[in-house]
Amino acid sequence: MRMVIVAGTPGSGKTAVLIHALRSLIERNLKSSVIKIDCLYTDDDKKFSKIGVPTKIGLSMDMCPDHYAIYNIEDMITWARENKSDFLVIETAGLCHRCAPYTINCLGVCVIDATSGPNTPLKVGPFLSTADLAVVTKGDMISQAEREIFRERILEVNPECKIIEANGLSGQGCVELAEEMLLAKEVSLDEEKLRHSAPLAVCTLCVGETKVNKKYHRGILRRIDGFQKYEGE
Amino acid sequence: MIEKITILGGYDKHGDKEPVEEVVIKKGEIVGVVGPTGSGKSSLIADIEQLAQQDTFSKRKILVNDKEPSYEDRTNPRKKMVAQLSQNMNFLADMSVGDFLSLHAKCRGASGKCVNAVVDLANTLTGEPIKKEHDLTILSGGQSRALMVADVAVISNSPIVLIDEIENAGIKKHDALKVLAGHGKIVMVVTHDPVLALMTDKRIVMKRGGMQKLVGTTPEEKELSKKLNKIDEFMLGLRDKVRNGEVVEEVGIEDLE
Ligand SMILES: Nc1nc2c(ncn2[C@@H]2O[C@H](COP(=O)(O)OP(=O)(O)O)[C@@H](O)[C@H]2O)c(=O)[nH]1
Ligand SMILES: [Mg+2]
Ligand SMILES: [Zn+2]
Ligand SMILES: [Zn+2]
Repeated sequence: MRMVIVAGTPGSGKTAVLIHALRSLIERNLKSSVIKIDCLYTDDDKKFSKIGVPTKIGLSMDMCPDHYAIYNIEDMITWARENKSDFLVIETAGLCHRCAPYTINCLGVCVIDATSGPNTPLKVGPFLSTADLAVVTKGDMISQAEREIFRERILEVNPECKIIEANGLSGQGCVELAEEMLLAKEVSLDEEKLRHSAPLAVCTLCVGETKVNKKYHRGILRRIDGFQKYEGE
Repeated sequence: MIEKITILGGYDKHGDKEPVEEVVIKKGEIVGVVGPTGSGKSSLIADIEQLAQQDTFSKRKILVNDKEPSYEDRTNPRKKMVAQLSQNMNFLADMSVGDFLSLHAKCRGASGKCVNAVVDLANTLTGEPIKKEHDLTILSGGQSRALMVADVAVISNSPIVLIDEIENAGIKKHDALKVLAGHGKIVMVVTHDPVLALMTDKRIVMKRGGMQKLVGTTPEEKELSKKLNKIDEFMLGLRDKVRNGEVVEEVGIEDLE
């Protein structure tokens, strides 16, 4: 079984391109199971169910969705194996720009919206820089020049990644995505490791402190001028 | 340098062999792609964009200069074969025309001198003047389209330009295609607008996901195309007059004959 982890900001087109790509796998008699990880709410499960793909959702609530996905990968793999799937596909909301959910052997796919501005690739952090594949969506709405600038910015951040320009509406480029999925490595839970180490709770805010006043803050604290200190035991 | 591409036919949606087995398109040629919605125009374009090697649903194969393209040519994102232009595309970058074109030129490793060339060329395609100081996002539809065409012709180095439905562009459509072809591009136009479709050299007719027919543009159609182009320019001229607050007095429709 192969594992495909798809990350990207909400509304970037992850579900739309995945639906097209999974359809193309179905045409080749390949089975997928989808897990959708989101923070508070999602109705993506309905969209995936429509094309007949077994789907589960996980809501991370106040936890970073990437952390939450990682804690649950083992169970997800077990579930997808029970479904006799060829692919386990995890769609996760890339809200946390410090984390990236990709493991060593998964196909790491970053879906990124071309209308979000030419500097977006520089802003999104490890979920782009550690991806195998960047799927650029919504190119149908911007000029060729902006698409080319966007492409260049992605390569600045991740020179090794393959770029697919896809359209979540027409399905253009999605068969190419399916073909990349076919080339992914077998997942092996024992050897699976994260590509990018996730920052865990680093300060008291992470564990529930709500007071704003400086004197209540402990842990690794960084000021806007770049000064950083460790406060605490 | 790309001199020509060859599309070798595969199979349609029903798994039957496509009637058209081979289409050769040379540098500077303009080819139309016609057919109803769902007839397979997009997947044909996608096959060309990916330089398909019998590895897509259609099993088509694309040759470049009579040869199979290398793995590098197929996968290097900087070597994308197809540049696209369509009615729905807008400039979203919050920049001036000049700064934006410089940035694009830099990304493509082109000289900054291109910027003036692009602006000058764009101004030949639209009646509304475009200046380097203009903000991109306030350009009209016609100005934007004209700038996109000129930018693709001069700065983008993708050898194939795909034009998808620019029916109501507010630019000199005929000249726009000529400019692109003149810059050595292979121009493919998905359109049912007779002004554009009849000025192509030939058109691929799509049906049920397959290339059904290859129709060469007849001499009669080429004559008609010239007339249609005059009507198109006439309409654009009227448009500019109305925009500039002029009163339209003499309408010389008979001159078009
Ligand atoms: N114009 C355009 N819209 C798209 C494209 N891809 C997705 N969308 C639209 O963007 C919206 C969000 O897409 P969705 O797949 O739900 O995003 P997700 O939150 O990343 O899963 C939907 O309305 C899609 O129809 C695209 O390539 N072009
Ligand atoms: Mg989604
Ligand atoms: Zn995180
Ligand atoms: Zn914290």
